[in-house]
Amino acid sequence: MSNNLFKPRIERPSLSQVIDAKAPLFLVPVLMLTGLLAIGSGSTWLTLTAAGFAMGMMIFIMASGLTVIFGLMDVINFGHGAFISLGAFAGFTILGLLGSWIENPGITMNLGAVFLAIAFAMLVTGLAGYGFERLIVKPVYGQHLKQILVTMGGLIVTQQLIYVIWGPDEVVLVRPTAFQGSFVVLGAAVEKYRVLAIAIGLALFVAMRLVLNRTRIGLLVRAGVQNGEMVEALGYQLRKLFLTVFMVGCALAGLGGVMWGMYQETITVHMGAGVMISVFIVVIIGGPGSIEGCFIGAMLVGLLTNYTGFLIPKLALVSTILLMGAVLMWRPQGLYPVVKTH
Amino acid sequence: MKLLSGDRPRSKTLSAVLLLILFGLLFAPFLFPGTRSLDTAARICIFIVLVASYDLLLGYTGVVSFAHTMFFGIGAYGTALALVNMGPSYSAIVVGTVCGALFAGALAFVIALFSLRVRAIFFAMMTLAVASAFMVLVSQLSGFTGGEDGLSYRIPREMTPGFRLVKEKLSGVRLNGKLITYYVVFFSSLGLFLILLRMVNSPFGCVLQAIRENAFRAEAIGYKVVRYRSAASILSAVMAALAGSLMALWLRYTGPATTLSMDIMVDILLMVVIGGMGSMYGAVIGTVLFLLTQSYLQNLLGLLQESLGSLPIVSEVVSPERWLLWLGMLFICSIYWFPKGIVGRLRGT
Repeated sequence: MSNNLFKPRIERPSLSQVIDAKAPLFLVPVLMLTGLLAIGSGSTWLTLTAAGFAMGMMIFIMASGLTVIFGLMDVINFGHGAFISLGAFAGFTILGLLGSWIENPGITMNLGAVFLAIAFAMLVTGLAGYGFERLIVKPVYGQHLKQILVTMGGLIVTQQLIYVIWGPDEVVLVRPTAFQGSFVVLGAAVEKYRVLAIAIGLALFVAMRLVLNRTRIGLLVRAGVQNGEMVEALGYQLRKLFLTVFMVGCALAGLGGVMWGMYQETITVHMGAGVMISVFIVVIIGGPGSIEGCFIGAMLVGLLTNYTGFLIPKLALVSTILLMGAVLMWRPQGLYPVVKTH
Repeated sequence: MKLLSGDRPRSKTLSAVLLLILFGLLFAPFLFPGTRSLDTAARICIFIVLVASYDLLLGYTGVVSFAHTMFFGIGAYGTALALVNMGPSYSAIVVGTVCGALFAGALAFVIALFSLRVRAIFFAMMTLAVASAFMVLVSQLSGFTGGEDGLSYRIPREMTPGFRLVKEKLSGVRLNGKLITYYVVFFSSLGLFLILLRMVNSPFGCVLQAIRENAFRAEAIGYKVVRYRSAASILSAVMAALAGSLMALWLRYTGPATTLSMDIMVDILLMVVIGGMGSMYGAVIGTVLFLLTQSYLQNLLGLLQESLGSLPIVSEVVSPERWLLWLGMLFICSIYWFPKGIVGRLRGT
């Protein structure tokens, strides 16, 4: 009898399935290699690749919040760009106040100023995110059409409020002394600031993965993304969790805003809405709701923008649209579709 | 009534306001003489068509697109490029307009193929990305489109201010070519608007509204949702392109700032929502209100600021440049409390 017992059988995925699942991971190296072949010169390629990763990291910072918010509650915040600008303005205010720290040649003071600015910007945008969720997003939760419209309205009003507080002029600020100029690596010039951007972006990615995969709140967020109703049935208040995630997402937009602002050294009210185009493309490429997809998408967009910006400058933005089209032809739900089970 | 396709205003106030707008625009050159007010009147005519065509998509079909100014721009650039390359002739205008409209329709078809199958949010994001890329492309291909500076061109002599129809003035107004252009714009806009009204009140429009209310059910009854949505987005793109051609004709200049910018897209959104989604008359009311506000709310805010001059933050909030802040708040409030906009209010629905 015991010989006839049915054993549960877990089928090993076939080789093609494994390759298909892991395929997105190869996209970045493939793109880098293609870039190297197209550009030809190793040092130029290294400079562009570093620039591409730095840009990708900053876009990732801004897009990560948006994509988790979407995954958890099916909310796309078209006003996200306003938080990017808001963060940049708040951060630049602090940097302006800490003028002596910035001009100091020591890297400790410089880093201190940057981190204080980031902390303040994240605080401001996080709190603004609280107000935004309560006033703008909550009343129209679940109604997509209204949601798109009302968050656009929120974008307009927030932008105008930035004008009211900081005035209509653009703000110009030089980067802290330690982050000006560039390193020379293997004959290629790599801007110091880009190294900082890559470091912060990578740290954030690792931290987000740890929080999502190793902590209780991360568990709830992942469960909420897959099946929100079930999480609520188990007694957790998803709306409260969502509010937290929304605030964190907005704070991340603020962080990205400061980074992007220091990268450009000039900030305007419309900078957020401008960079949102790339952010949306990244969210779509990655598969909305997926952190890993968002990360790969951001790297692809950053690298491709820099490569085409060097090879065919006029097509830099169009190339990312074409990339989006190609990815969607291959995987209509994005690189890492989030499995919903309801 | 046949002209209105059986879609009467259904409210006395609304009828009165609409008649006022119609006659105001019809006799605008005589009622409000002056270049500036004539320009505002022509702009209102053109934007009514543009906003109404957007309402076909947003209000009737329930699809949010951010690429509407792109189609508007395609129409404008089509006419502009034809006038630049073929010289100021009527055939150039016809060729440019037709080509612009066809190109806009084809592009709308391609975008629909790619993205209408996915959910509303993705469509909105994708159209936003495509429209931005298009604008960047137009401003960078300066050899072809004039880049940021745009294109200035001549139009047929009979349509310029230099041409006199008759020597005498009519009630103090010169009957010149500018007047002819105005009436070309006015009657074309009126015609396009009536066509749009016909469209939304046809069985086709009925299906669109069914899709807006419940796409799943519409599909279940047997209407191919994707096909109807694509058709609606193509038609609305063609209408927007035609409005763009009128704009190119009226301004005798076409540039990214006047036709393609995201600011115009935001304006269109405000006009549709404040006027009333899902009603062509909403487009009329919203457009007139918005464009008049744009000119006159600033004056009002200026007065308010003067009287509040001493308070620091408050005076900044009511400064004339912040008129968009107030319209933005009105926009959010109207989505919450009167989603059918002003027209919905007047009709009591």
